[in-house]
Amino acid sequence: MKYSIFSLARAALSGHKNWQPTWRDAAPKDRYDVVIIGGGGHGLATAWFLASEFGIRNVAVLEKGWIGSGNAGRNTTIIRSNYGLPGNTGFYELSMKLWERMEQDLNYNAMVSQRGVLNLYHSDAQRDAFARRGNTMRINGIDAELLDQAALRKMLPFLNFDNARFPVQGGLLQRRGGTARHDAVVWGYAHAASALGVDIIQNCEVTGFTRDANGKVTGVETSRGKIGAGKVGMAVAGSSSRVAAMAGLRLPIESHVLQAFVSEAIKPLLPNVMTFGAGHFYVSQSDKGGLVFGGDIDGYNSYAQRGNLPVVEDVCEGGMALIPMIGRVRLLRQWGGIMDMSMDGSPIIDKSPVDGLYINAGWCYGGFKATPGSGFVFAHLIARDQSHKEAALFRLDRFRRGAMIDEKGQGAQPNLH
Amino acid sequence: MRITCPFCGERELGEFTYLGDAKPQRPAADAGEDAVYDYVYLRDNIAGVMSEHWYHGGGCRAWLKVTRNTLTHEISAVEPAAGAGAAKVGA
Repeated sequence: MKYSIFSLARAALSGHKNWQPTWRDAAPKDRYDVVIIGGGGHGLATAWFLASEFGIRNVAVLEKGWIGSGNAGRNTTIIRSNYGLPGNTGFYELSMKLWERMEQDLNYNAMVSQRGVLNLYHSDAQRDAFARRGNTMRINGIDAELLDQAALRKMLPFLNFDNARFPVQGGLLQRRGGTARHDAVVWGYAHAASALGVDIIQNCEVTGFTRDANGKVTGVETSRGKIGAGKVGMAVAGSSSRVAAMAGLRLPIESHVLQAFVSEAIKPLLPNVMTFGAGHFYVSQSDKGGLVFGGDIDGYNSYAQRGNLPVVEDVCEGGMALIPMIGRVRLLRQWGGIMDMSMDGSPIIDKSPVDGLYINAGWCYGGFKATPGSGFVFAHLIARDQSHKEAALFRLDRFRRGAMIDEKGQGAQPNLH
Repeated sequence: MRITCPFCGERELGEFTYLGDAKPQRPAADAGEDAVYDYVYLRDNIAGVMSEHWYHGGGCRAWLKVTRNTLTHEISAVEPAAGAGAAKVGA
């Protein structure tokens, strides 16, 4: 169905009893031109771009649980394009531009809110580094503003400006950044892809690949039977190594748990997304009023979707150092998701060494903001067998070639990215 | 998650730092590029029981080899990593 002010009024006046399912829960067919493994944001976006931009509509998205039950439903909903390295800068801006037109493209309200993303700095050296990153962004046509303390005092009077160890000196603001409703992004892509004929198949876990005599992937074995495919793309985040292993591949990836938190609802407090520059703490306020926040990954390999208390303490300490007034706000919920931490902190969008299998992985804990961009460039790669120019550096072989894209300069230690 | 250090006893997680999978072994100096690439970048990323290196920085500062299930966080064994610490307890 098509959503509009009239459909909303009709449904409201008939007591909300006549809403139709927004997408079709399909049963698997014998064969598809393209099978996408993973019904999260990236997988569904890929399917939608394949159908809408590249004319490939005989597509299935296979999801082992229900769509959006993985990291697409577990993140802190931040969108931004404030990256400093070649490869990342252009790609995330492509994604940002797609966020800006997503709701019109999909005919779905994803509550995209460009409320601004503010990275705070706490020392002269950090100011210089942020100024450099801001300049990199502006040279590439991305908005960035360096704000001093006086400007921040007007905007956010409740910050702990005069903290003895970590005074807030200023911040780098990207006004076009902000948040989006993560579940609605999943449902929106499902809605639009389904309308173009994409089959979304839930409770369908991939258990292996079928290959021909030359080793080319010809389909997948699943908990709902064999499904043939001309090409198979995987967008399975924390499960990347497990799925790749079914094709005999080892990846430069470790799976780690990242926790996120939401407080009880409070009156409007935070006008934007902000990050504490002296520790790792990022926070925004949802439209329901809860403070949504997070920090570092726990730091050890995990597939458990739950974390431990040291990081809870560290994140809350970060919050208290920045905004002491939130100390009496109660924590409502806390959860974990499994991140595909790559060896340089940047993603991999490439053909795999196995013919017919395409990899979209290594998003670390920055995958949500990349959702539309990732879908677009992955669809481009699958449809044309050629990397999109904004994803040309996200190659699987870059580690062997020494062409890392290491935004934090941490080296091959995934739990530090 | 709590780790029972063979030197210090049961301690909370915050005292420990994680290195990663204990399986990769540094290749010989004359090993080829493939072996080095494999050692530095590729991981089995095991979903299940994994042997891994932890450092007890908040305690005895020994390197430990911990056997842990990455699906449940259950720890089944903790022993000193190979080296000086291991020699002290006769491991």
